[in-house]
Amino acid sequence: MRDFLNLRRVIMIAIAAALVTWCIYSLRWDWLANPKYQSMMLRGLWQTIWMLVVTMVIGFALAIPIGFVQAAGPRWLAWPARVFCSVIRGTPLLMQIWLLYYGIGSLFPSIPWIRDSAFWPILRQAWPYAVVALSLSVAGYEGEVLRGAFKSVPHGQLEAARAMGMPRFTIFRRIWLPQAVQRVLPTIGGETVLQLKSTPLISTITIMDIYDVAGRVRRDTLVVYEPLLLLAVTYMAITALIVLLFKWFESRFPSKVA
Amino acid sequence: MKKLALVAAASLLFGTAALAAPLKIGVAAEPYPPFTSPDASGNWVGWEIDLLSAVCKKAALECVITPTAWDGIIPALNAGQIDVIMSSMTINEEREKSIDFTDKYYNTPTAVMAAKGSGILPTPEGLNGKIIGVQVSTIQEAYVQAHFPDSELKSYQTSDESYQDLAAGRIDAVVADSIVVADFLKTEPGACCENVGNVADDPVILGRGVGFGLRKGDPLKETLNKAIADVRADGEYDAITKKYFTIDIYGPAN
Repeated sequence: MRDFLNLRRVIMIAIAAALVTWCIYSLRWDWLANPKYQSMMLRGLWQTIWMLVVTMVIGFALAIPIGFVQAAGPRWLAWPARVFCSVIRGTPLLMQIWLLYYGIGSLFPSIPWIRDSAFWPILRQAWPYAVVALSLSVAGYEGEVLRGAFKSVPHGQLEAARAMGMPRFTIFRRIWLPQAVQRVLPTIGGETVLQLKSTPLISTITIMDIYDVAGRVRRDTLVVYEPLLLLAVTYMAITALIVLLFKWFESRFPSKVA
Repeated sequence: MKKLALVAAASLLFGTAALAAPLKIGVAAEPYPPFTSPDASGNWVGWEIDLLSAVCKKAALECVITPTAWDGIIPALNAGQIDVIMSSMTINEEREKSIDFTDKYYNTPTAVMAAKGSGILPTPEGLNGKIIGVQVSTIQEAYVQAHFPDSELKSYQTSDESYQDLAAGRIDAVVADSIVVADFLKTEPGACCENVGNVADDPVILGRGVGFGLRKGDPLKETLNKAIADVRADGEYDAITKKYFTIDIYGPAN
């Protein structure tokens, strides 16, 4: 307890408390009581979180083969994977989202069999394009990171496993992949935080995420700072959760071998 | 001071002469075509300018256009620098606290635009289950939320994006101001679509239209109201409107 309450911390806490008190008492928060905005904020928060989780999972699942073929695959697979990573990493995410939604997405309706298919009610909405764009972005960045991670697993271990007669897929599953993933775990935490802050881009293609909600409150009520402050606090809280989650995750994996 | 007293005395003496002084009509200095904008030689032209000369002629008033910065136009009126505001100013409660308004002289209705032959109607039943695109935080968005609860609402950052999705067939209809709709339908991508009609009026959400702004209690209000009614009645209003628009911009009757 003494350790926790050293002088620097006490001062920081006092400043933070003063700031929060000032914000509560001198700014306008009455719009928070409006049930319309409350339900919009909850929906927006949910939209942001599921978009983050789903695209991280899909993106990472895609990144494993993309990273692996670059590290150990045949050239005809490694080369396209490398091009994919370069293109994704070399172009703005906003542009990728718009190319998918207003580009490819607006071509679909002119193709009759797509328009008449059972998938049309889904394809005409915006979220599938956001999921694809954000997932590909994760796949591009993480694919590059995983390429290095796969390469850095000591070759001797793989040779030893092969000498023991372990099947190739088992080697991948039990030796190669776990060590590669463990190496990238700290970067995935960072990537997830970055990905969280990429999600506001989906508000430009009509998806109402938490960022979009803050914008609506601002335009409707002409209250400028308060929704943005709340938005900042919300993103910071989600970031804190992500950081804690990955800390716990890393502690569960055995510490680095090598 | 002496001079001021002299002027005051003069205006008392020649009260009728003071009345005959030209009426200063405040128009926002910022161009707002096709309603008010200066042409190449600096003369003000546009639908509102044409209507103004018609109204002034009807009311036998001498009117002078006085360009005034939009953000200071109400203070300018109350300070007497101008006598009337005619600058597409929407009548609302906030403004009515400081100035008076005449009856509206235009109120562009809100229209529904859909693909040609879609069979969509501008009613809650006609749009039941359809996806409607609107620009975010507009009166049209509020209208759709209030009146078309059984439709799916899609809010776009700009109206252009909603037109693009309508043209692509991703949304079934766009609800927007009828002038803007008419403009889009004139363009090449607008060939996909048609104006299927105006929505039913809701003055609380859509507003009460645009009127002349006057100082509180100014008797000019009756004069101008009568003049507006007269140009409406004798067809001059429609003749002016036809020069600028393909639609009737008067909107629903009061």
